[in-house]
Amino acid sequence: MKKQWQKVVQLVMVAGLCMVPCGAGAGEKPAAKEKKAKLQIEGSTTVGPIADAFAEVFGRKYKNVSITVKKTGSGDGAAALIDGRCDIATMSRFMKAKEFKKAVEKGIMPVAHAVAMDGVCVIVHPSNPVKALSSEQIRKIYKGEIENWRQLGGANKVIVVISRDTSSGTYETFHKLLMKKQKVAKGVEYVNSNPQAHARVKTTTGAIGYVGLGFVDKSVKALKLDGVMPTRKTIATGKYPISRPLFMFTNGYPKLGSTIHAFVTFHLTEKGQEVIEAKGFVPVTNY
Amino acid sequence: MPNTTRQTGNASKAVDFDRPLLLTPGEDMTGYLTAAIGKTLLLAVTCASVLAVILIFVFITREAWPFLTSGSLGELLSSSNWYPAHDSAAEFGALALLAGSLYVTAGALIIAVPVGLLAAVFLSDIVPFRLRQIVKPIIELLAAIPSVAYGFFAYLVLAPWMQENLGLPSGTNALNASLILAIMAVPTIISIAEDALTAAGRELREGSYALGATRAETLIKVVIPAAHSGIIAAVILGMMRAIGETMVVWMASGNAAQVPSPWWDLSQSVRTMTATIAGEMGETVRGSQHYHCLFALGFVLLVITFTLNLIGEYFLSRARRARGGAK
Repeated sequence: MKKQWQKVVQLVMVAGLCMVPCGAGAGEKPAAKEKKAKLQIEGSTTVGPIADAFAEVFGRKYKNVSITVKKTGSGDGAAALIDGRCDIATMSRFMKAKEFKKAVEKGIMPVAHAVAMDGVCVIVHPSNPVKALSSEQIRKIYKGEIENWRQLGGANKVIVVISRDTSSGTYETFHKLLMKKQKVAKGVEYVNSNPQAHARVKTTTGAIGYVGLGFVDKSVKALKLDGVMPTRKTIATGKYPISRPLFMFTNGYPKLGSTIHAFVTFHLTEKGQEVIEAKGFVPVTNY
Repeated sequence: MPNTTRQTGNASKAVDFDRPLLLTPGEDMTGYLTAAIGKTLLLAVTCASVLAVILIFVFITREAWPFLTSGSLGELLSSSNWYPAHDSAAEFGALALLAGSLYVTAGALIIAVPVGLLAAVFLSDIVPFRLRQIVKPIIELLAAIPSVAYGFFAYLVLAPWMQENLGLPSGTNALNASLILAIMAVPTIISIAEDALTAAGRELREGSYALGATRAETLIKVVIPAAHSGIIAAVILGMMRAIGETMVVWMASGNAAQVPSPWWDLSQSVRTMTATIAGEMGETVRGSQHYHCLFALGFVLLVITFTLNLIGEYFLSRARRARGGAK
């Protein structure tokens, strides 16, 4: 009896292994027949989450479109658009003159669509008496030149400096627009998400950190920066120092009614604006 | 396999001794084929895991090679300026990261080894057998909790607690990471050390009692020395658990790339090699110096864990031989 069982098991194993390639082959066929329209999106790690979220909503709405979003950096996005490797390039900066020139030489006409505004708010613990700081003071805090809240008119408390990890788009925005690309002190702590930065500041009385506007609530206090309070309006109009537009670039203005057109104008719809706010960005509308 | 299964339909005979153990292919073609295919498949599966290890080695070395040969290796191991993502003046000094790994691992061992060994001794020699059967599986369950859950506990519960009750400015620091890693390393240490202590054998203990030694004397002077190989292996495997852990340290240690000063101050934030690789690998430009540098870090880590693993295996095999010799 035992021997027979062994045989059966062995046969099942062999049969199972033979089935794997057959099964995979059978599964692919119908998908290939349907011919899904493909939408290639490539570029910024900051805009990537917006594109991802748009793609998710689109996937539910347009069943016959398959969207791939690659997040490798704005420069890669521009290069991919110029080479015709993608339909939409997501970029956290405007295209450089050099890139524009190269694109036009190749017969590609880049058109920018500003889909959202990115504002990074500097936050502290609600119990902290400090209400406003200048960009220069924040730079000094992150460079380790100011180490105690007393120096800024606060309580005698060591400043716990919290930054986002260097691979995040939020870090990139902060690093470029506020830190002016200067190196931060070694003692700066790093966290790897907006919610985590929020949680650390919420629970640490001496902490200072930064998050996207969407993550500011009553349990942390957003600071006035150079006298400007971060709000949707000050970010959208650029009065707040750490704000910038986020772009999607297409080759020429997309044909009206096409999937690409629907995608790059999705930020104008109510659902699109909800998505942008949920990701911590500011929708572009008339404030 | 019992011979009764070799019956060939002849029910009158209980055992068929005439039948050869192996049938020739001619006699039993399907049996021969299935056996051969099964054997080959099992061999392939085994080889695949060996191959995976070799490929990991090859791949990491290949990706780290451009950095290792670029002359920055000296900087990697001597400087503590870690600014790999900077556009114009990137610096690759990983000394602070090496120190960070060392700090949290050492911290974890200082806590976990005494606790783990005492618990192992208690479980093997003191606790009533029935209670041991309940307690040991529960301890081993600790090892099954996902590390990200420990991470949440570290920065949502332990960090604020430390700030409020120990007066530390920041709760995510080397001490926090050490504590959590200790909790994670304890089950490994207890489990292996307890096995080693149990394996020391009843004869040894009874011999010691017969010579008039008390239980404490027997434990300290006879049982523990006899099981020392297994205990060392337990500590080393616990250490590997701590040094290779990523998610917990990424969430609990604060990730500041600094060497604490003064050196004994565990309340400062540190950053480990594993956390750095996990945190920065996602967005580096493929093929950049930063990318290769992270692989070089991985290579250093691999060398460390490989060495530890070899030492652990050596002591485990010694323990196994000692056990075999006692019987």
